[in-house]
Amino acid sequence: MDPEFWLISTLSRALAFGTPLLWGALGEIYAERAGVINLGVEGMMILGAFFAFAVAQTTGHVGLGLLAAAAVGGVAALLHAFLAVTLRANQYVAGLALTMIGLGLAGLLGRGWEGTPLQQPLLDVSIPWLSSLPLLGPALFTGQSPLTYLGLLLAAILWWVLYHTRWGILLRSCGEAPAAADAAGVNVSLVRYLAVLFGGVMAGVAGGFLSVAYRPSWTEGMTAGMGWIAVAIAIFAAWDPLKAVGGAVLFGACYHLAFRWQGWVVPELLKLMPYALTIVVLALTAVVKERRWRGAPEALGLPYVRGER
Amino acid sequence: MRPLFPFRIEVRPQPSTSMVIGVSLLAILAAFLVSGLILQAYGMSSVRDYGVVLQETLGSPQGIAEVVRKTIPLLLAGVGLALAFRAQFWNIGAEGQLLAGAVAAAGVALFAPIPAPWLLPCMFVAGFVAGSLWGSLPTLLKVKVGVNEVITSLMMNYMALYSVQWLIYGPWKGKSMRGFAYTDPFPQAAWLPLIPGTRVHWPTLIVGLTLALGITFLLSRTRLGYEVRVLGLNPEAARYAGIDGARVTLLVMLISGGAAGLAGVGEVAGIHHKLLGPTQISLGYGYTAIIVAWLARGNPLAIILTSLLVGFIFASGDVAKVALRIPVQIVEVLNGLILVFLIGSERLLSYRVRWAPASPPSLPRPSTSRPLPPGEGEGGDGGDGTSDLQHTPDVERL
Repeated sequence: MDPEFWLISTLSRALAFGTPLLWGALGEIYAERAGVINLGVEGMMILGAFFAFAVAQTTGHVGLGLLAAAAVGGVAALLHAFLAVTLRANQYVAGLALTMIGLGLAGLLGRGWEGTPLQQPLLDVSIPWLSSLPLLGPALFTGQSPLTYLGLLLAAILWWVLYHTRWGILLRSCGEAPAAADAAGVNVSLVRYLAVLFGGVMAGVAGGFLSVAYRPSWTEGMTAGMGWIAVAIAIFAAWDPLKAVGGAVLFGACYHLAFRWQGWVVPELLKLMPYALTIVVLALTAVVKERRWRGAPEALGLPYVRGER
Repeated sequence: MRPLFPFRIEVRPQPSTSMVIGVSLLAILAAFLVSGLILQAYGMSSVRDYGVVLQETLGSPQGIAEVVRKTIPLLLAGVGLALAFRAQFWNIGAEGQLLAGAVAAAGVALFAPIPAPWLLPCMFVAGFVAGSLWGSLPTLLKVKVGVNEVITSLMMNYMALYSVQWLIYGPWKGKSMRGFAYTDPFPQAAWLPLIPGTRVHWPTLIVGLTLALGITFLLSRTRLGYEVRVLGLNPEAARYAGIDGARVTLLVMLISGGAAGLAGVGEVAGIHHKLLGPTQISLGYGYTAIIVAWLARGNPLAIILTSLLVGFIFASGDVAKVALRIPVQIVEVLNGLILVFLIGSERLLSYRVRWAPASPPSLPRPSTSRPLPPGEGEGGDGGDGTSDLQHTPDVERL
């Protein structure tokens, strides 16, 4: 096969596979930058996938479906924020519990819809001018879902907000030194609530992408651990929205190749690849931590209590 | 600041056992109520329906036997997780460790030329070792390079799941099982004895109970147990006390993973007598064992009770599915809700509400010698809007 074509098609598909990972990871990065670990991403994604599908199917409007996905992800995230910020519960356990509820609830509600194709899915589009660029045009800007382009745009915006605006400093300060932020008059709880809420909305849309654009149908458990991989990408990307694009494309490529190599390698072992890659990537990230990966927010996972240090 | 309500919320130094049990029961009750609302949407509203579920689980010897059957893997995996949680190791990989144990047991049963009386013991040993090994990779990554164990141990679950699928579709696919993805059935010598008329493989139950007692002894009476407790309460203090945290964590995880592996052995040797689809071997026992361990607050003896409770929930789910056509996913929702209410109520335990009628605001605050508890600001006025109640001055009144 023509190597250039191979590269372009792989990159293009990797980006498509990577879109839900990117959305999930971007949301998780913001939540963790504010100091809250959200392990409920998988649950929020599957809820988003179901609600996007159900609403799009019954109303005939994909946009409404995606709004519903964002809303349900946000509601679940508010519950997480309430547990993690207000009640100062263990964030790992809170996230796990939300994932269990999300997977169970989506399976419960979605029973009657199992395997139904979506009548009017979100169609892929090409971007008029950018798609004619050499190499990058066909790889990135041709025949992708609008959510893919939006995800790339969001990554850039979120990166800019995080590092170059007052809002970004507020957000980071809550994750790095909440006591100092508090002393400076920042409402740490509010910032953390908003960051977790944002993360949940992103996770909801990530799930919605799966059920209305990528594979326009509903299957129980269709997120298949992507929410967890999104959490891993946040770490791998050193909590940097731009690097998350790279992480998402890498894992997207892994999913895509697992699909493409089916004729040659045992499918079960291919399906195992993204999960193995996650472990490898996290291990490598940890090993080279000394130099480049210093991004972990200082107060990650620690509830903030005024006056307690 | 003037209190808004005629009572104060103050820190409770050490919640009593009865308080912990009471709050846990309330959390479970709340979870049942919420899932009751969901069930109502499915048309299961009458008292009669709940009666049916109770009758078919706790009302007959058969029903109780099914509860116990579901309890066995939860007990084994739960005891292991309780130990890991005590050492502050977040092992989310019990599901994968359980599957690893099942695979090892199946491998021994199908391919190892071991004489009959030794076959079952060898399967248990192999299952324990396989579970330990499966759990040791995330542990090594954690203690050697500091990789977060939550994600790695969870990824190992998916890897175990697909590995089992690969085995039963590929190299281990049974010759006698034409259309199905199973291995051949185990030889009779590899079948665990059952309590007649039930599916309770009692040897595994005894192993589980022994393990619960053994871990209790380990935690309370041995050096390793002491090290685990110190490490869990305060890793910093453990280091100053000369405790090798990496070694303790690794040992703890070898036991924890092994325990989950034993649960896998019990399922294939006691119930299925072959290796089959991963979601048929385990109905998510490894994940649910997290709730079992959390509910027991890391106490291995309490696991016996909490695993029975969650076993009852599992068995109820089966009954509701067969008798009332309620989707079985309700079990997962209920379990998740229990966990949410449980960790949500934890905060309740650390505070108590005291009746304290408002006093004139001009009155100077009585000085207290007690240290400032969490939630009390150093001169802050509680303006961050999280909870005004927590920021009222902490005064021992009455």
